[in-house]
Amino acid sequence: MSTEEIAGKMIEFDADGHMVNAKDWDETIAEELAKREGIETLTERHWKVINFMRKVFQEKGDAPSIRKLNKESGVDTKELYSLFPQGPAKKAAKIAGLPKPKGCV
Amino acid sequence: MSLEKIEPIKKVSIIISKGSLDGIYPGLILANGARMEGIEATLFFTFFGLDAVIDKRMDKIKVATVGNPGMHIPTWIGGIPGISALASSMMKKEMDKIDIPPVREFIEMCSDAGAELYACKATVDMFHLKKEDFCKQIKEIITVGEFYEKSAGAQIIFT
Repeated sequence: MSTEEIAGKMIEFDADGHMVNAKDWDETIAEELAKREGIETLTERHWKVINFMRKVFQEKGDAPSIRKLNKESGVDTKELYSLFPQGPAKKAAKIAGLPKPKGCV
Repeated sequence: MSLEKIEPIKKVSIIISKGSLDGIYPGLILANGARMEGIEATLFFTFFGLDAVIDKRMDKIKVATVGNPGMHIPTWIGGIPGISALASSMMKKEMDKIDIPPVREFIEMCSDAGAELYACKATVDMFHLKKEDFCKQIKEIITVGEFYEKSAGAQIIFT
């Protein structure tokens, strides 16, 4: 656990670097978190994934894993890996201010 | 005492050697899971594991109901015609609920995620198979020597 100030807000992070309170999240924070993950600019395609993740999380209480993203977000597996290299589900969840997805697939 | 830093896994090389549902899925879950964690993954299909990537067979993968004590049904019941198909369809329904895709979709997912898929030359020759018999995600048919070359720096997992 650690607390950091991002965009004028005090944000709490868990041991894996995911935000503890999804409610503290906003778009400015997302942009800052993306930079930390090596993504300089969030494009409209990135936002499509991030917004889909937040929507599923609000409905189900768990961030979607890669198969759900591929089937339902409108962004396919290949593009997901190019938008969020090195683990798209985990990385997109991090930027979306959500905990790590619990699903295995 | 030296404080050795434990290095995270960077690359895995997974061998799938069995052709039953329960023989194929663990390897696919491991490969896809590796890619999800940013770990490089190579999949090597050998012996009956080839069924997972043979175009005509990959949609007909079944769970073994005979000689499989994990099924918890008597062997003679497991041998009744249609039981294996029934058990397989029930299992596939349960898997779909937890977002585990059918074999073909799973193979596509692994490949799209950047895993590399290969078939074993020795078995391909033994079964008189050709490159055209495989789904398009199979990159190459390779020898065991080439398998080791491609596995350089990887943890090898046999399933």
